[in-house]
Amino acid sequence: MENFYRDTRDLHFHLTHPLMKKIVALKEEDFKEAGVYDYAPLDYEDAIDSYDKVLEIIGEIAAQVIAPNAESVDQEGPRLINNEVVYARGTRENHEVLTKAGLIGMSLPRKYDGLNFPIVPYVMAAEIVSRADAGFSNIWGLQDCAETIREFASEELKNEFLPRFHKGATAAMVLTEPDAGSDLQSVQLRGSISASYDPQKDIFYLNGVKRFITNGDADISLVLARSEEGTTDARGLSLFLYDRADKGVTIRRIENKLGIKGSPTTELVFKNAPAKLVGDRRMGLIKYVMSLMNSARLGVGAQSVGIAEAACREALKYACERIQFGKPIIEFPAVYELIRNMQVKTQAIRSLLYETARYVDLYKNYNHFSEERKLEPEERQESKKYQRLADIFTPLLKLVSSEYCNRIAYDSLQVHGGAGFMKDFPIERIYRDARITSIYEGTSQLQVVAAVRGVSTGGFLERIKEFEAERITPDLDYLRRILVEMTEEYEKVVGAVEKEADNEFADFHARRMVEMAGNIIMGYLLLLDSVRDMDYKTSAEIFIIQAHSENLQKANYILNSDVKDLGNFRYV
Amino acid sequence: MKPLKIIVLAKQVPDTRNVGKDAMKADGTVNRAALEAIFNPEDLNALEQALRIKDQAEGSQVTLLTMGPGRAAEIIREGLYRGADHGFLLTDRKFAGSDTLATSYSIARAVSQNEYDIIIAGRQAIDGDTAQVGPQVAEKLNIPQVTYVEAIEEITEFYIIARRRLDNGIERVKSPLPVLITVHGSAPPCRPRIARRVMKYKHARTLTELQDASEDYIRLFQDRPYLKIDEWSVADIKADEDALGLSGSPTKVKKIENVVFKAKESRILENSDQDIESLIKELIDNHTIG
Repeated sequence: MENFYRDTRDLHFHLTHPLMKKIVALKEEDFKEAGVYDYAPLDYEDAIDSYDKVLEIIGEIAAQVIAPNAESVDQEGPRLINNEVVYARGTRENHEVLTKAGLIGMSLPRKYDGLNFPIVPYVMAAEIVSRADAGFSNIWGLQDCAETIREFASEELKNEFLPRFHKGATAAMVLTEPDAGSDLQSVQLRGSISASYDPQKDIFYLNGVKRFITNGDADISLVLARSEEGTTDARGLSLFLYDRADKGVTIRRIENKLGIKGSPTTELVFKNAPAKLVGDRRMGLIKYVMSLMNSARLGVGAQSVGIAEAACREALKYACERIQFGKPIIEFPAVYELIRNMQVKTQAIRSLLYETARYVDLYKNYNHFSEERKLEPEERQESKKYQRLADIFTPLLKLVSSEYCNRIAYDSLQVHGGAGFMKDFPIERIYRDARITSIYEGTSQLQVVAAVRGVSTGGFLERIKEFEAERITPDLDYLRRILVEMTEEYEKVVGAVEKEADNEFADFHARRMVEMAGNIIMGYLLLLDSVRDMDYKTSAEIFIIQAHSENLQKANYILNSDVKDLGNFRYV
Repeated sequence: MKPLKIIVLAKQVPDTRNVGKDAMKADGTVNRAALEAIFNPEDLNALEQALRIKDQAEGSQVTLLTMGPGRAAEIIREGLYRGADHGFLLTDRKFAGSDTLATSYSIARAVSQNEYDIIIAGRQAIDGDTAQVGPQVAEKLNIPQVTYVEAIEEITEFYIIARRRLDNGIERVKSPLPVLITVHGSAPPCRPRIARRVMKYKHARTLTELQDASEDYIRLFQDRPYLKIDEWSVADIKADEDALGLSGSPTKVKKIENVVFKAKESRILENSDQDIESLIKELIDNHTIG
């Protein structure tokens, strides 16, 4: 029987990465719940086996329910009836099956009816669901909001809201406003959402308009609103929990989109909608939404890898079946090169995805401990290290995976030729669905702004040096030598840009520098994958050799450019 | 509503829906080693019906019963993952070679060791496709049977109303309890495995399986009695040995024929009015249409 987990070897490979031992030990705190909950793991092996078996359920549902529904969901889409968003039939079925299987609220602690899964297997589930239907993965993936509630809300709110996820509650993160997209600190400048406080009931009332809200009619919404009158910046914003049952929101419309059509994107009007404060006032954007955005970006990474996987498979299937000039087109170099490159790129972003997920797992667990007890100096150091890594790897991942996923979908459609341009094959939908990944949760251009800190602070280089020092088998040394060379070129380029001491010039080349670092990092990750499993060696070789020539080109461009070149581009 | 006792009959079968080249042995019998062992599809539909009754009548108990070699314990675990409360594995070398008569005798013996209100089975298994075991079990237990059921429309502690899916339509049947029903593949598919239950029951073992387990595991098993999958032998069900296995099976396979389609059953027509017209004429003449 088709299973989207079992048919992708990479997933089990990353699930059993050596760092998982530490992640599981931290997450399960010496398996202290084994005697309390009959489904808690007894030891490391038992935990991995549980993740594996649960991912198998998701793989089965993805292959047998979600993927077959994707086409009709894309056509039917959600509708707005009596101020309620009604999902397409397939969406309702997908959600119902996943709820019955107990797969909502996977990362929540068991006391809130969660499965207490680390981020890594949860992200794998997101990848698998995205491969089946990227639009649906948004609805399912918004269970991320539960994590934000768990991290920052009061115990009372946690007890009220968190157990609802296991019963199938849907969620939304309600941030964007007509005049506050990428620039979230301008939320509620005029006529947008604001919150007024009723001290007697301990309730805030929300008023204003929110736009482009994914899954806007969800059961539970996290809403960013201005609570501090007279403020205009980020420090006047707070985060609120709104319960759909309170009926304070009018849904103005559902947007008609290019892709991910099954996922409702709505415009919401809040009219005295009662809501409860999450955590502290004024911390909404600076602390809580930043955390929410980071997990959403990791989610887009997973979505991108899932879409890329689907696109690769569609291309391969078509190329093996399509006969031209008397043979399947996969036998022509122009086609097999395209497809192999797509597969290698997918493996590269997958390795980056799970590397990033591991960093997030580690620092979140330490954060969690620090709420309960003082961390040992060694733990504090580790926590800081992984938080810093997560902060620069998350935007890098979002940037690279979404751009690759678009490229892979493009190439997959190309393999289909004219047939791919018709509505007859899934690739047409996959191609449209891919497009949003480099836009939402921060455009690629904004990811560069966040990721370039990894260049300027030396964070990427530091990690690259650690990779370089890892033990490898002698037969892989020729690849490492290329990566060492690439690192030297990267350092040279970064030095040259810094020497100009011009912010605009640095911004101008920021993306190129971030991508150069990304290429070296993905190269090392595939190299280290090859140490664990020689099957990755060809992929590593293909990737590293191409990445090298790509980096040389970028280096060449940067080293030969000058501050005054910007004048050629600037709009006047 | 009063809680009911439901027994689901399930079989582990080779997955004949995904047949590869080596699916058959040279002698024409099924090469079980080459085919994945799965939960018989219509037995999953049967399990779903049982779980739906349990959803309605809180406190009802769903017990899975299967007959087969030791590895058929996997079927019990699969049932536990999806919501069954308990399982029995009927296993004994003496059952080997049973035809439907001997199988239904053994199952009826096993069932009658338990209390039950409803017995639910799949219509037929995809290996033998006989659809005989369910009805024969009902006969031997001397209870009414409703076959080819697609939905249970009403259930009380005294009767059920079931909808049957037949070739020429549907039929609604009312029957007193206890009753045996067989479920058709058009009934709703079984609910998925439930994540928590998988993590809980993946440790479930028969005592035979437990022989290979580590000491740590045996300790866990003793602490958690729900992990035990009961195994029943011929002696446990107090069966008459002559009525089961090969000696209890009057069915004799006379000959197995390997049918290979040799004649080409298709014809290529030109996309012309003339060819289409002559085809239509031919189909009317041989009464395929019209």
